[in-house]
Amino acid sequence: MVAALFVITMMVGSFRLSAGEVIGSVLHLRDDPSVDFVVRDLRLPTALSALTVGLALGASGTIFQQLLRNPLASPDFVGITSGAGLAAVTGIVLFQVSGMVVSGLALGGAITAALLMYVLAWRDGVSGYRFILIGIGIAVFFDGLLGYMLTRAQLFEARQAMHWLTGSVGQASTGERQLLMYALLLLLPTAVLLQRQLRTLELGDDTARALGSRTELSRAGLLAVAVTLVALAVSAAGPILFVALVAGPIANRLLGPATGGIVAAALAGAALLLTADLVAVHLMPTALPTGVVTGAVGAPYLLWLLATTNRQGAGG
Amino acid sequence: MTSSTKTARRASALGPGLAALCALLALVAFLSVTQGSRSIGLSEVLHALGSLDNDGSINSTVTLELRVPRTLLGILVGAALGVAGAILQGVTRNPLADAGIMGINSGAAAFVVFAITVLGVRGVGVYVWFAFVGAIGATVLVYAIASLGREGATPVKLALAGVAVTAGLGSVTSGIVMTNVDALNELRFWQVGSLAGRYTPILVGVAPFLLVALAASLVFGRALNGLALGEDVARGLGQRVRLTRVAAFGVVAVLAGAATAACGPIVFVGLVVPHMARFICGPDYRWILPYSMLLAPIVLLLADVLGRLVSGPDELQVGVVLGVLGAPTFIGLVRYARLSEV
Repeated sequence: MVAALFVITMMVGSFRLSAGEVIGSVLHLRDDPSVDFVVRDLRLPTALSALTVGLALGASGTIFQQLLRNPLASPDFVGITSGAGLAAVTGIVLFQVSGMVVSGLALGGAITAALLMYVLAWRDGVSGYRFILIGIGIAVFFDGLLGYMLTRAQLFEARQAMHWLTGSVGQASTGERQLLMYALLLLLPTAVLLQRQLRTLELGDDTARALGSRTELSRAGLLAVAVTLVALAVSAAGPILFVALVAGPIANRLLGPATGGIVAAALAGAALLLTADLVAVHLMPTALPTGVVTGAVGAPYLLWLLATTNRQGAGG
Repeated sequence: MTSSTKTARRASALGPGLAALCALLALVAFLSVTQGSRSIGLSEVLHALGSLDNDGSINSTVTLELRVPRTLLGILVGAALGVAGAILQGVTRNPLADAGIMGINSGAAAFVVFAITVLGVRGVGVYVWFAFVGAIGATVLVYAIASLGREGATPVKLALAGVAVTAGLGSVTSGIVMTNVDALNELRFWQVGSLAGRYTPILVGVAPFLLVALAASLVFGRALNGLALGEDVARGLGQRVRLTRVAAFGVVAVLAGAATAACGPIVFVGLVVPHMARFICGPDYRWILPYSMLLAPIVLLLADVLGRLVSGPDELQVGVVLGVLGAPTFIGLVRYARLSEV
């Protein structure tokens, strides 16, 4: 399904191609300079960005939700995205920076927020509820500063900042994309290995300890994976909301809880983002940033799933 | 000490605690009327209030036309947001629930943007009603969607439906704002949330809604305690779970809808104050609700006064002060409080 979307994304546009042409060109099976240019230079990068960012956000979101046992606990809600946003917008508004510098700032902001949260929530280990409350506090703190920045900005810079805050897969550069890809190759398997620990964590800390999980260690490891992924995704494409939050529940409702877990959620995230990118670029009167459309694409779908599934979604 | 005596001791301390909070609220309200870029003495305030007519002096004008309405609005809106947050956290059994997550802010914002772009409306006085309709509409939509399917509106489904509606509406709003500079310019100021510039007509407009809903909200304490034990237990205790949920949501829609309409989406108060109340009273919603109702306006007015005093000629929006000063305070509380789960 994701593969199909991936190919379709590269087929449509002002210059239509067939699936065969796209696949052939990506895999270097044929040689047709004009097709190669369109596919490899124009469309492949965006499609790859959507794919990698979607995978990262989906995986990261579901890890957070399972760790904190709360369907609302995505990185967007517990301050990590806010930290990235504040750092980036401060750069845009105060120092008029753009491009790679903004991405670097976002990465720094996300990691700072995550470290802050972990340090502040640490008291003989990190309990889920305490962690969530601290996360709320941090998110509110950064959002307050962010709001201040936006009201103090000139209108032109406010627009730029809003644009970045909406997030778009088109703005990722080659370097960022490669970094994210390597990170995914390394971290997704790690996350899956740690998933067995997650399962026991879901039973509650005491039970997990009794079963011999080293709770604090595996939790820290999983958090590190989730934070790294979300930080890289945000620095590449801006804080695209909602993907991280719904990828897990969507995967759960499609496949039933406790099936693919992290991988399923990552794929759901990628599918959502590829679709959103298609809509944003091709179905709208003017090309909009992807982040505008993720909600419009994902929301009806999630609502439909909610209305039609009779299973109790184990979203948390 | 056995747990029953603990509970008794706690309950006996909570009553006077409420009285103390009332006194504190009065003090903060007094500060809110007297402090600002122009400091007005107590005697002048009393004089202006006592005669209740504007004798033309600047101080009496500022007091009657600006400070008093602003303070009253702060008290009402704060109380509404605090209670709405507490009820929502109880109904959804989720510590992350607040009015923003239930689609209320995004509904209001979407309607405000619609009013600006499609109808060409300008001015906060008119936005209020659009925002109110949007907020109520979004809440109804969230509840309706969550109650589809077999088990009705379970906490998880409510949370997800709220998130989905928020995201969908948010997409529409930001799509419009991206392509319309006017809308962005109006919205970025409405969106921070502030008590400033919302004067008497707005206060008079939303006050009846808020007062009625606040009175109604206090009856939910026992029902929420039942829900906290889980729905099956609550049913076993003879509670009508579905009725409780619908009624609670109705009250929350009016409270948070009117508050958001009047002041823009004010963060923090609805989300954080119920947790503060929980630190003080433990998990009993019969206490959490009145405590949230008093704590929230204290926090909101304090932030508002600080925002007026801090930055010289132009003031900081209350949303910014809450974030920058309130959040660290809250984090400190979380670190050192014994937590009772939602």
